[in-house]
Amino acid sequence: MNKTLPISILIFLVFCFFVFLKGLSNTNNYIPNESLGKKISSFNAKNFFNKQETNSDELFIEKKIYLLNIWASWCVPCRNEHKILMQLSQNDSIKIIGLNYKDNLDNAKKFINDMGNPYSKILRDQDGTISIDLGAYGVPETLVIDNNKIILKKFVGPLNNQSLKEIKSLIR
Amino acid sequence: MFFSQLGFYSLIIGLVFSIILFPVAYRDLFTDSNSISSNIFSISFLKLFFVLLSFICLIISFINSDFSNEIVYNNSHTTKPLLYKISGTWGNHEGSFLLCLLILVFFIFIFLITSRKEPKKYRIITLLFQEIIIIGFFLFLLITSNPFNHLFPIPKEGLGLNPILQDPILVIHPPILYLGYIGSSIILSSSIAAIIQNQVNSEWAKNLKIWVIISWIFLTIGIVLGSIWAYYELGWGGFWFWDPVENISLMPWLCLTALVHSVIVLEKRSLFATWTLILSISSFTLSMCGTFLVRSGILNSVHTFANDPSRGIFILFFLFFLILISLIIFFFFYKEKKIKQKNFLFSKETSILINNWFMMYFLSVVLIGTVYPIFLEVITNEKISVGAPFYSKLLIPFLIPFLFLMSIGPKMKWIRQNVKLFNVKLILLFFLSIFLSCLILFKTELDTLFVSVLVIFSVYLFFVTIRDFFINNQINFSQKISHFGFSLLILSIIMNGIFSREVITNIGVGEKYEFNNGTIYFENINTSEKKNYTSIVGIFRIKENNNNEIYLEPELRIFNQPLIVTSEADIKTNFIADKFLVMNFVKGNDYYNIKYQTKPFMIWIWLSAVLMCVGALINFFKRR
Repeated sequence: MNKTLPISILIFLVFCFFVFLKGLSNTNNYIPNESLGKKISSFNAKNFFNKQETNSDELFIEKKIYLLNIWASWCVPCRNEHKILMQLSQNDSIKIIGLNYKDNLDNAKKFINDMGNPYSKILRDQDGTISIDLGAYGVPETLVIDNNKIILKKFVGPLNNQSLKEIKSLIR
Repeated sequence: MFFSQLGFYSLIIGLVFSIILFPVAYRDLFTDSNSISSNIFSISFLKLFFVLLSFICLIISFINSDFSNEIVYNNSHTTKPLLYKISGTWGNHEGSFLLCLLILVFFIFIFLITSRKEPKKYRIITLLFQEIIIIGFFLFLLITSNPFNHLFPIPKEGLGLNPILQDPILVIHPPILYLGYIGSSIILSSSIAAIIQNQVNSEWAKNLKIWVIISWIFLTIGIVLGSIWAYYELGWGGFWFWDPVENISLMPWLCLTALVHSVIVLEKRSLFATWTLILSISSFTLSMCGTFLVRSGILNSVHTFANDPSRGIFILFFLFFLILISLIIFFFFYKEKKIKQKNFLFSKETSILINNWFMMYFLSVVLIGTVYPIFLEVITNEKISVGAPFYSKLLIPFLIPFLFLMSIGPKMKWIRQNVKLFNVKLILLFFLSIFLSCLILFKTELDTLFVSVLVIFSVYLFFVTIRDFFINNQINFSQKISHFGFSLLILSIIMNGIFSREVITNIGVGEKYEFNNGTIYFENINTSEKKNYTSIVGIFRIKENNNNEIYLEPELRIFNQPLIVTSEADIKTNFIADKFLVMNFVKGNDYYNIKYQTKPFMIWIWLSAVLMCVGALINFFKRR
């Protein structure tokens, strides 16, 4: 039996396999570039721990890097990324602002008590409209914003070690 | 809550039955009796029952808006109409795979009960190979995309189904397309069985043909429904966009179309056995490959549901596993029979072979256009997108000889064509086509030779296929209808491409806009509240130069869950042309952007595809 054909097909298949495998590991999440480099629109939101309202213009003033993290207690991936947020909250040049998305307040408080609070401030987005205005796709999602309120970067889905590195590289 | 649990456990029970089937079927392989043991039937039936139960449970969870189930929460909402709550079941990644599994299990059951006349070992090996695919799907569902994931605390309200998916056509589009994709799995399994049993012969081809035609019909209808949906819902006024997802449904279609033809040669003349096997293996491989490309998120498209890499890796391994065993079996078990058959250049066999070459060419163009960007990105990190110009440049030139050969090929006789192919009538018909094409093209400013030749040949093919209805020749009735349908399809697409006109402008309420062929008046605007959206209807009067006056009422729908605006085009259809009007918001302004299109022969594109399927269906009635 002629062996060249099966072997060359096999080699070709293996090649295709690895190309696809590599292609999968490329993050191919579709993130519209339109919002990057633009100012975030200002919004009003209720505070998590008291009932006062905060305007977003009062938030991003200090000369730091801000992470606006959209989360919810019912969101499973949020639990996974929480460790990374805790880690980031140790860093002095980063301020993390939480936006609690469509959540039950008691559940959300329990979540914070159990898992720790990495946020310098938590705002509530009870009906989800603020997140929509920010152009969010779902929870979790994290926007990196500077003190001019310009969106530097956007992470759709949970943060991981790769995004941790990217955020750290933005600080320097 | 209860139904989610029930669904989950019946899915596991289904998997258990699927695994039990292996030793039972394997033992039955070596018994002497000529019929399959009744245990296999019972187990297959139980498996079907439990998967169906699981699917019904998921539907009930959607109807009840049980938000403790993760995918119900992600894809449903209490204010959604009942029909879309149900269709939400397969409008998402997990649910659609459960539906696929159901169809797989259903098809193999149908295969078992309809193949009683065929050899026992062949049936069992088909069953076993199909079972490998089924177990792959079971594991995929349970490990990476469980449709019954729990959420706690239970959310009060769901996120809603993407409004552009809330459309009656999309209720049936996915199931029908899956019937086509999954039907080709039976083709793969039975080819493997035929190779192992060394019975790749005309008897086998006769049985395979049924499954090929069934898959082909479902795939065709599925593609057309998707295309109709894109035309009415997406608001771009086109029906085919060379989007990767459309391409990957086109690839198995081209492959199956080639297979429909080559399997007939195997049946009638015992030729092309190897080639038929290769096509059989490719058609399911291409379907799976499509699933991989769409579901892994490696390509971006409207259909990408989930971007979870673990799913992609699972499908990738599974896909290559299937390809690998198919190839191993093909190379090690397949013994080509040397049949001494006389072949002549002018024969039906040759013409079908040429048809297959063309199909393979079209297939490779589509395949390369779809996959090349991925390869390029991985290897050179460069992002490109392949669009319509690539496909038109590569496909249209080859369409011309294809159309010509299609007008003469089907008339050939098996073995040898002695009678001369061209008679005076056909040549006269050809000149008539040239004359008519000139008349058609005279009205347009097109002067490219290419398009003119294409029009001539498509008109010629159209005439020839009509003429075939009135004369007795080699071609059977079902073939006449399918080929006529195809020629009508090509002709309508070409006419549509040449004569489509569009006007795009910004216009406010009460204003008018004059264009080449008439005037558009924006008369009024109506706003009303619907169950889960706010509707804004614009009322337009369009007066054309020939004094025809029509009213068109395009609509904007503002959905609140999730907050998305969709625009519903208003389309007035008649047998000559569609008038298509769509409007859109212009951010921050009180006027609207409108697009008015005249699209000739649209309805014929849909009708001709239906005709092709009707032709294929007639095959079944002829047999009985």
